[in-house]
Amino acid sequence: MSPGWPLWEVFVRARRGVNHVHFGSVHAADEETALQAARDLFTRRQEGVSIWVVRSSDVVASDPDDEDELFDPAEGKDYRFPTDYKLPAEVDHM
Amino acid sequence: MTDTSVLNASLLNHVLRHGDRALVLAQRLGQWVAHSPELEEDMALANISLDLLGQARVLYTYAAAVEGLGHDEDHFAYWREPGEFRNPLIVEQPNGDFAHTIARQFLHDAYAVAHWEAMRSSTDDTLAALANRAAKETSFHLRHSRGWLVRLGDGTDESHRRMQAGLDAMWPFAAELAARDDEEPLRQSGVVPDSGVRFAFDAEMASAVAEATLTAPERVDVATSGGGWDGAHSEHLPILLDELQVLARAHPGATW
Repeated sequence: MSPGWPLWEVFVRARRGVNHVHFGSVHAADEETALQAARDLFTRRQEGVSIWVVRSSDVVASDPDDEDELFDPAEGKDYRFPTDYKLPAEVDHM
Repeated sequence: MTDTSVLNASLLNHVLRHGDRALVLAQRLGQWVAHSPELEEDMALANISLDLLGQARVLYTYAAAVEGLGHDEDHFAYWREPGEFRNPLIVEQPNGDFAHTIARQFLHDAYAVAHWEAMRSSTDDTLAALANRAAKETSFHLRHSRGWLVRLGDGTDESHRRMQAGLDAMWPFAAELAARDDEEPLRQSGVVPDSGVRFAFDAEMASAVAEATLTAPERVDVATSGGGWDGAHSEHLPILLDELQVLARAHPGATW
């Protein structure tokens, strides 16, 4: 029978200098056991040098129903991309 | 016997004691898989079990080399009788409830960390190399078992009651862990450095039990010979070994 432990999101930094990336989630009674469970599940094969765990209920997520208003307006606004700008000929290798 | 053969016999005895300690506890922990409170805890206990199994394999392989009779690691795991196993009694104790398992694991880990830390400076290259790895593994095991000891001991009334019951049940077997007087030849030659293992073990037990708001049962004095380290076991070991050895014995020489 499950004791109903809360869910935690696990982020692992693969090596120094790169970002923590979301790896998955674990059930655990508290912060310390969440870290230990994350270590056991996700870093047994030297996948990481650092782990973050965040209580899943503390993650504020966007509503899938809001997709249209949140993300679609970016369409057709090419000036938001660096490739939209022509460099002067004398600037090489930018 | 010459000095060399005395030393060799002591070394073989020492290596088997610790190989057996690791193997028997690995088997006990394996019995939790699919039965622990949560999937994540299944993983944690199985991981610890596999670390211990890895330590046992290194030790048995080394035992075969020290013994020099052409045996391999499987011989020591599968083809010896209970009376030939030299593990301390605590590791063969039944799992009981989760708190019993945690009490057993904590007492074992507190000892094992002190043991492997000391063994890092062994004059025996094989044991020193294993100690370097095992000390790291065992520190993580202790973090897990000590964490649960404190969490359950300093938790609810029910968890406190169960954790105390687990500690009371396992405590009588703790004293045996650090009580060995017959390894003197190995100490003199530096194979088993005498670097205050018992002191470190006692200090870890005292601080964790206090932090967990538990009560340490009365200290049990044990004989420095006899007991599990010398092959005198409880009725639990033969049953455990039956399960561990049945496949290898039913199909000798079978491979995957």
